[in-house]
Amino acid sequence: MIYLDNSATTKPYPEVVESFRQVSEKYYGNPSSVHSFGTEAEKLLRMAKQQAASLLHVHEDEIVFTSGGTEGNNTAIKGIALAHQNRGKHIITTQIEHPSVLEACTALERLGFDVTYLPVNKQGIVSVEDVKNAITKDTILISIMHVNNELGTIQPIKEVGAIAKQHPKLFFHVDHVQGFGKVSIPLHDSGIDLCTISGHKIHGLKGTGLLYIKRNTTIFPLMHGGDQEMGYRSGTENLAGIVSLVKAIRLYFDHANTRTNHVKRLNEKLRACLSEINGLVINTPDHDYVDHILNFSLPGFKPEVVIHALGEKEIYISTKSACSSKQPDESVVLAACGLDKAITKSGLRVSLAYDNCEEDIEAFCEALKMIRNQLSEVMG
Amino acid sequence: MNPIYLDHAATTPMDPEVTKEMLPIFEVYGNPSSIHSFGRKARQLLDQSRRIAASSIHANEKDIVFTSGGTEADNIAMIGTAHANQHKGKHIITTVIEHHATLHTAEYLEKQGFKVTYLPVEENGQIELESFKAALTDETILVSIMAVNNETGVIQPIQEIADIVKDHQAYFHTDAVQAYGLLDLNVNEISIDLLSVSSHKINGPKGIGFLYIREGVLVEALQHGGQQERKRRPGTENVAGIIGFAKAIQIAQQKREERINTYQAYKQSFVETLEQEAINFFVNGEWEKTIPSTINISFPGTNVESLLTNFDLAGIAASSGSACTAGSVEPSHVLSAMYGSENERTTNSIRFSFGLANNQDQIIEAAKRVASIVKRLVK
Ligand SMILES: Cc1ncc(COP(=O)(O)O)c(C=O)c1O
Ligand SMILES: Cc1ncc(COP(=O)(O)O)c(C=O)c1O
Repeated sequence: MIYLDNSATTKPYPEVVESFRQVSEKYYGNPSSVHSFGTEAEKLLRMAKQQAASLLHVHEDEIVFTSGGTEGNNTAIKGIALAHQNRGKHIITTQIEHPSVLEACTALERLGFDVTYLPVNKQGIVSVEDVKNAITKDTILISIMHVNNELGTIQPIKEVGAIAKQHPKLFFHVDHVQGFGKVSIPLHDSGIDLCTISGHKIHGLKGTGLLYIKRNTTIFPLMHGGDQEMGYRSGTENLAGIVSLVKAIRLYFDHANTRTNHVKRLNEKLRACLSEINGLVINTPDHDYVDHILNFSLPGFKPEVVIHALGEKEIYISTKSACSSKQPDESVVLAACGLDKAITKSGLRVSLAYDNCEEDIEAFCEALKMIRNQLSEVMG
Repeated sequence: MNPIYLDHAATTPMDPEVTKEMLPIFEVYGNPSSIHSFGRKARQLLDQSRRIAASSIHANEKDIVFTSGGTEADNIAMIGTAHANQHKGKHIITTVIEHHATLHTAEYLEKQGFKVTYLPVEENGQIELESFKAALTDETILVSIMAVNNETGVIQPIQEIADIVKDHQAYFHTDAVQAYGLLDLNVNEISIDLLSVSSHKINGPKGIGFLYIREGVLVEALQHGGQQERKRRPGTENVAGIIGFAKAIQIAQQKREERINTYQAYKQSFVETLEQEAINFFVNGEWEKTIPSTINISFPGTNVESLLTNFDLAGIAASSGSACTAGSVEPSHVLSAMYGSENERTTNSIRFSFGLANNQDQIIEAAKRVASIVKRLVK
């Protein structure tokens, strides 16, 4: 099997699975319980939080463990909107956000909020000027992703953070699900108030994630109950999941240097191979992108057909984000870049991880060439 | 002293069979939403689990929504139906003895302009059906009453409640987190519209649960995003967690009778041992109306804090069943509802809950340790 769909989800590190197993077996107590089973679980939870905080260079009480990126984004966006609506009801985001941001925003529109969806340029990057100009006295939240999940483009988060800092009354949320560990942003003193991270995109487990919430930021919780996680997130803590998430973060950081170089080489090789294929158009720009994601189109070829043919050879890539794969044909992200229909309806995404090798890229390119030729013959 | 875990109502150890089922799944790590076959493999596993969950309550598989736990299931059930049905009325009925996942959600809905009736309970721990009937109005859109209380183990008359709600516009939600696995919950026979379950209470992994939503029930989602769970609960599915949960469900189904008998026997010997040790105690709630795995006992002349501290030192893990803040234990809201807030039972009662971590010898040993502590404390 050649798995080139690492932006949809990644294979958990063996060490992550092992810590999940160990914690499940040895620390099954409920951290809220006062007896020794509970206090031991509580201690472990504290340690996990301390470790996460020190890895992210933030305070312990700024980490809220969640069930994943979708929950992180929903908690951040609705949480800020509902808690601060008396100050204003305007939200700024972009047209290329993940559905968990876009749809959280449309849900707020139904509640009377006003949302600006900023456009992006042909390279899929939002303009800092546009962000600045969109701010009104009613703006309470800016939500922009760091790395786009379909294109791999990097958004100017640092610059937007600087702008946000000049407007102390508004909050800045970053969906960092695809960028975390790949492009670094210091959270401290960055103008960022909230930042979403998901475990299963960095070789952690599905159903784990964390939301950074800067000190003194009030948000309205999505769920009510036992007031776990400082009241931000009620529900019995998934301790084994939490510990395994922190493990994944640590390993992902530890491997950063070797991984970065390795994936960069794979990306170069991939770009070189793909440029030899007739008619293939690379959509990811050649600047401000991450090496893990490469988006391209084969105009005239239905992406599902290509994916199916590759799947028969046990090579796995994707069309758009897995979450919106059920929407018909067109990629919303590519469309937002103002690309032709022929391109937006034939987008494919390869996404890489540390465990891919050069042979994977070669085999994929060979297979794609062959499939392209076979399909061209069929289509005459 | 070797510790004895008598707090299965708080959470349970994961069944080794569940762990065994989950570990290989981390190799089938595809995203169920991916259209390639590696994703579809994960999707198949997910569908299989959904069928297991559905059949455990005789529901249709498409009416099962996997959540991150019992709290989220309760929140979706209440906030989701309240918001989606407010055009029909803004009245909700629940009870004073619900779990905080329900109570705090009800309080939130009150702030949103909903009117909430909190039904009292009788001394036996159950609600009174006549007052329930009287509370129903044309404005009522939701009735949320737990199947089994987490502090006392008292079973509510959900069949009767369901029969009353059946001919009313209101939906009936039951928090079955403590009931599931031991009570027979058949949504075909009992007309329940929404039902919450949590995996970590039945020896499954933490961070997983499900909400049953009867076909046609109008519910707004709490979270928005992808297409997962038919948009009722988006987010990449916790595939391994769901499969572990399904395994725990299967085991619970297979061993239901056996567990009922075992836990009932534990409860019996626990109480008998306390009696033999000749200490003074009362069982809270009516014995016949409680679930086999849970017993709540009042020890006159003691208080919860010193009981729990001493139990813990003696290796007995039990709980007061109520929320603890910074070492001080607040009087139980459930026992206050049953006996009045002045009654000393609210400050001298302990919940013991039995399960997978126990055997018969432990139960007797635990009761002996408990008795000797109580004797020491009341001296
Ligand atoms: C950019 C982005 N944000 C959010 C998410 C949602 O994260 P999760 O799948 O953990 O809910 C994803 C992945 O699906 C993503 O790519
Ligand atoms: C009756 C009841 N409802 C809801 C919950 C919450 O479930 P979870 O811990 O899975 O969020 C619990 C347990 O804590 C409970 O006992």
